[in-house]
Amino acid sequence: MSAQGRASPARPAWGAGPAGVASAARPRAGASRWLLHPAAKPLVFLLALGPFAWLLYGAIADALGPNPAEALIRGSGDWTLRLLCLTLAVTPLRQATGWHALARFRRLLGLFTFFYACLHFLAFAWLDMGLDPAAIVADIVKRPFILVGSAALLLMLPLAATSFNAAIRRLGAARWQALHRAVYAVALLAVLHFFWMRAGKNDFAEVGVYAAIVGALLGWRLLWHWRARRGAAPGR
Amino acid sequence: MPTLKDRGFLHPLASEITPQAAYLRRRELLQGLGLAGAAALLPAAGPALAQRAGPPLPPLPGARSTVPGAIATDKPTDFEDASTYNNFYEFGLDKDDPAKHAHTLKTRPWTVAIEGAVKKPGLMDIEALLKLAPMEERIYRLRCVEGWSMVIPWVGFSLAELIRRVEPTGNAKFLEFVTLADRAQMPGLRSSVLDWPYVEGLRMDEAMHPLTLLAFGMYGQVLPNQNGAPLRLVVPWKYGFKSGKSLVKIRFVEQQPKSSWEKAAPQEYGFYSNVNPQVDHPRWSQATERRIGEDGLFAKKRPTLLFNGYEPQVGQLYAGMDLRRLF
Repeated sequence: MSAQGRASPARPAWGAGPAGVASAARPRAGASRWLLHPAAKPLVFLLALGPFAWLLYGAIADALGPNPAEALIRGSGDWTLRLLCLTLAVTPLRQATGWHALARFRRLLGLFTFFYACLHFLAFAWLDMGLDPAAIVADIVKRPFILVGSAALLLMLPLAATSFNAAIRRLGAARWQALHRAVYAVALLAVLHFFWMRAGKNDFAEVGVYAAIVGALLGWRLLWHWRARRGAAPGR
Repeated sequence: MPTLKDRGFLHPLASEITPQAAYLRRRELLQGLGLAGAAALLPAAGPALAQRAGPPLPPLPGARSTVPGAIATDKPTDFEDASTYNNFYEFGLDKDDPAKHAHTLKTRPWTVAIEGAVKKPGLMDIEALLKLAPMEERIYRLRCVEGWSMVIPWVGFSLAELIRRVEPTGNAKFLEFVTLADRAQMPGLRSSVLDWPYVEGLRMDEAMHPLTLLAFGMYGQVLPNQNGAPLRLVVPWKYGFKSGKSLVKIRFVEQQPKSSWEKAAPQEYGFYSNVNPQVDHPRWSQATERRIGEDGLFAKKRPTLLFNGYEPQVGQLYAGMDLRRLF
């Protein structure tokens, strides 16, 4: 990632504002025209809904294998992580390519991450815990990896609740952005949750892939921030 | 026509099912009479499943066991679930990996090395082992440490039959069971999840208990490769991982062996690993379990029983032991 960082032209952090007000993306050639196409957002919406439709179909048609409960809990968790990675990839990709229209999809992907996280929790609470509040609380306290996962979900709540334009206006872009930096903590907690879950079997191959992706996406931000500061420093 | 779920294994004993060879012959007969249409109507689930990873499995019948506790009254799990949802890390970490990859396992020729504190050590051939004692069918509950369970009609005989014949000396306090570890046959060995080969152990009195089974078959047929062919251990009151598969060595030792899981995560897996709803795994509760193929998606999980319900038979082995400390 750092090689890529060096290759891209140094420029001040572009449009640090939230996705909702980032309408400044000038229509560019090729990619941006596609990204700004009226059908692009509905298409991404449907694509992001696809895994849910598949899991729902599997549950109804009994096509999830011998242990459908486990398949649903794990499947929804996997898709939470995948959507989270995609959400976190929007900004670095935008910065690296200059396709600023990508920002239109950030909120959509972020809310889908939250959607799959809720499904994941619901599947755990219902299929594993029988919707017994005492059992759920006991399990959260007992199992550190469940505690970490629950913390990540709780941290996502204020982000989802302030995802609409009025909330952004009311908070002000700076405060809104400071709040939404919590998504970095969510990402670290989510990977820790997955790591801890797999730790019992020393099975870290898949965890390693997600850790590398999240690490690269957060590392890019650090690098970008550092370069922007260094670039700005001599003048002021 | 058989439905997806009904694989014809609802019978209390797999031996009551028409033997596979018999219905294959029946089919040939019908086809020979020009009744191909009628032949096509015969239930095809059994042989179709057996053919998943190669030719159909040969039958291996067993007489209904008379060992107390050996015939669980629970409904046996579908053969398809029992042969496609497996933990056998030598063939991959996902539950469907063993069924996909275990066709590379060569179960003939096969020998089991008997080593250590016995008067008659040596190599035992699988054909000799098969004739060592009369085959029995036993329906055991199987509880996985991960919180799911099955009910499986195994075919085999008590491990005690083998132990008596090799005449352990006074120094034999424990048994160590070693699974095959051959990279050419087992793609999962490339992963470093465990320290291969897979090693498990039992105390001598546990190994001698009549319920401890040396299994060669299940559902009236020889074991599918993914279930631990050609021979495996089945210790029904312990979590499934204690029952080593595809055994190549049994050592009689004086010191308590260190199992592969104890080495990998000593705080999570103890030597005994008896099924116990009161002793939780450090990362999850063991109080309940989900019966594969039987409990509906939204059904409450069923309570797990002490020693997996075999307390009347094996409880005395652990009298006075602190099961929390010696988990």
